[in-house]
Amino acid sequence: MTAIQISVFLENKSGRLAEVTRALANAGVNIRALSLAETIDYGVLRLIVDKPKEAKAALTQAGFTVSETEVIAVEMPDRPGGLAEIVGMLTKRGLNIEYLYAFVGQRGENAVVIIRIDTIPEAIAALQTGGARVLSAAELSGI
Amino acid sequence: MPESTPSWNREIEFMDPAALRELQSKRLRAAVKRAYTRVPHYRAKLDAAGVKPSQIKSIKDIHLLPFTTKDDLRETYPFGMFAVPMEEVVRIHASSGTTGKSIVVGYTRKDVATWAEVMARTLAAGGTHRGDVLQNSYGYGLFTGGLGAHYGAELIGASVIPTSGGQTQRQVQIMQDFGATVLCCTPSYALVIAEAGREMGVDWEKMPLRVGFFGAEPWSQTMRAEIENALKVHALDIYGLSEIIGPGVGFECLQKNGLHLNEDHFYPEVINPETGQPVVPGERGEVVFTAFTKEALPLLRYRTRDLTRFIPEPCPCGRSLRRMERVTGRSDDMLIIRGVNVFPSQIEQVLMGVEGTTPNYLLVVDRKPRQMDELEVQVEVSPERFSDEIAKLEAVADRIRSGIESILGLHVTVRLVEPKTLERSMGKAKRVVDRRDLGK
Repeated sequence: MTAIQISVFLENKSGRLAEVTRALANAGVNIRALSLAETIDYGVLRLIVDKPKEAKAALTQAGFTVSETEVIAVEMPDRPGGLAEIVGMLTKRGLNIEYLYAFVGQRGENAVVIIRIDTIPEAIAALQTGGARVLSAAELSGI
Repeated sequence: MPESTPSWNREIEFMDPAALRELQSKRLRAAVKRAYTRVPHYRAKLDAAGVKPSQIKSIKDIHLLPFTTKDDLRETYPFGMFAVPMEEVVRIHASSGTTGKSIVVGYTRKDVATWAEVMARTLAAGGTHRGDVLQNSYGYGLFTGGLGAHYGAELIGASVIPTSGGQTQRQVQIMQDFGATVLCCTPSYALVIAEAGREMGVDWEKMPLRVGFFGAEPWSQTMRAEIENALKVHALDIYGLSEIIGPGVGFECLQKNGLHLNEDHFYPEVINPETGQPVVPGERGEVVFTAFTKEALPLLRYRTRDLTRFIPEPCPCGRSLRRMERVTGRSDDMLIIRGVNVFPSQIEQVLMGVEGTTPNYLLVVDRKPRQMDELEVQVEVSPERFSDEIAKLEAVADRIRSGIESILGLHVTVRLVEPKTLERSMGKAKRVVDRRDLGK
């Protein structure tokens, strides 16, 4: 029940982000969500896309350093307190989140949060016990 | 000879060139004989080259001798090239080496006295005399800078303040309170001191500081002007390397036009680094020294890898000791950063032990205004082991940083870069970018 996130190492140079998006566009890959973590010298771009395999191939081809990361995608109610509930389910069990980011889907009232965590099975169990809906890779791609 | 020229040893420094050649011939003969009989490594080298000590009759025969290199010192690590029993060695210094093994140099009591003598000449050439207060901010320790300047200054009779490097504000305070008239340190540290002083409200114009002796790293005429303007002193270049003796191999006089070589102790040649043949006097090449008076570690035709040229014209100061131009490059890939010798291979060694990177790297040396030299190590992130977590990437950078620091004893910044950003060529990859202004 995990999803694949595409991570790209980017130096802080002008135009790099544009090159990533161009490479994905040329490969017909649609970006669902993204987050950028940055330091002074470099950044890590994290992408949720509709076609992870194609995305990785296209970016590698274009000369980027790309890796696949296993993440958890969880549906959450798009209202105040929605994210707090999800995070609460994990922290209550002492599970430590590495990072997360969220996006609002195209249908319905629900948003999706992407969670990167070291203890994936425990986290999924905690979320499901708490009543959250964990999305499969197929469901995520279908959004 | 101009009577006004300050000097330490007039007899030698202004010696008739023919008499100097005679002295050098005598010393060379003795050194070759001693090295051949006392150091098996030299005996093997001379035998292999088919040279007998009896063939070396005068200084003109020096070209018959094979060169000595850092590799010879490494192969015989630590004391294999010493020509005296350890009971006669009173001091050992060492500099960083490429493969974890450092270059070790030893001194007898007489060698220490020789060192003090050549450093006294160095300091006296800039006008240092008894009664001067000399602040010595070269590092004390295995590095030869600190103790070399120290003994020379004491021989002159100056009052030495052995501050060593670091704690810049305290350095400035001491300078002010003790009334330092002479400063010894690296040129980049001189600018750091100047800046710190300004921030502390020091008016350098009003300070008694008169002259500074700067070396242990390459610098330029532009930087001389900058130091002289900032500290209101005469800024003189000094030259030396541990293998030959340390600082004191060459020194500038107040003409500030090239380094006089203490050639009664260290015989200089300038050769073509490719062919090993002497260049036409005045042409650029690699300077080679024969340390023929050294008892503990006599060096025959030692390849310094420093590029320079002889200045054939006589110096207006009147000294007959030959001059060489300030060193402006190396014939190998060694970098000198804040007095520390850095070989790219040392960095490579560290990288091979750190997961998450590739062995592709670039060293960028920079010297920003009024700051010490900085070394930035750019390392390519490995596509196979790239983590998408900043904390893990930073941990990789930290491991590289601390690995380099423990080998070199030098603070560096590490920058992770994208793979294939670093220039590659079919042959040797470009590993070094030196942005310091080291022109003349």
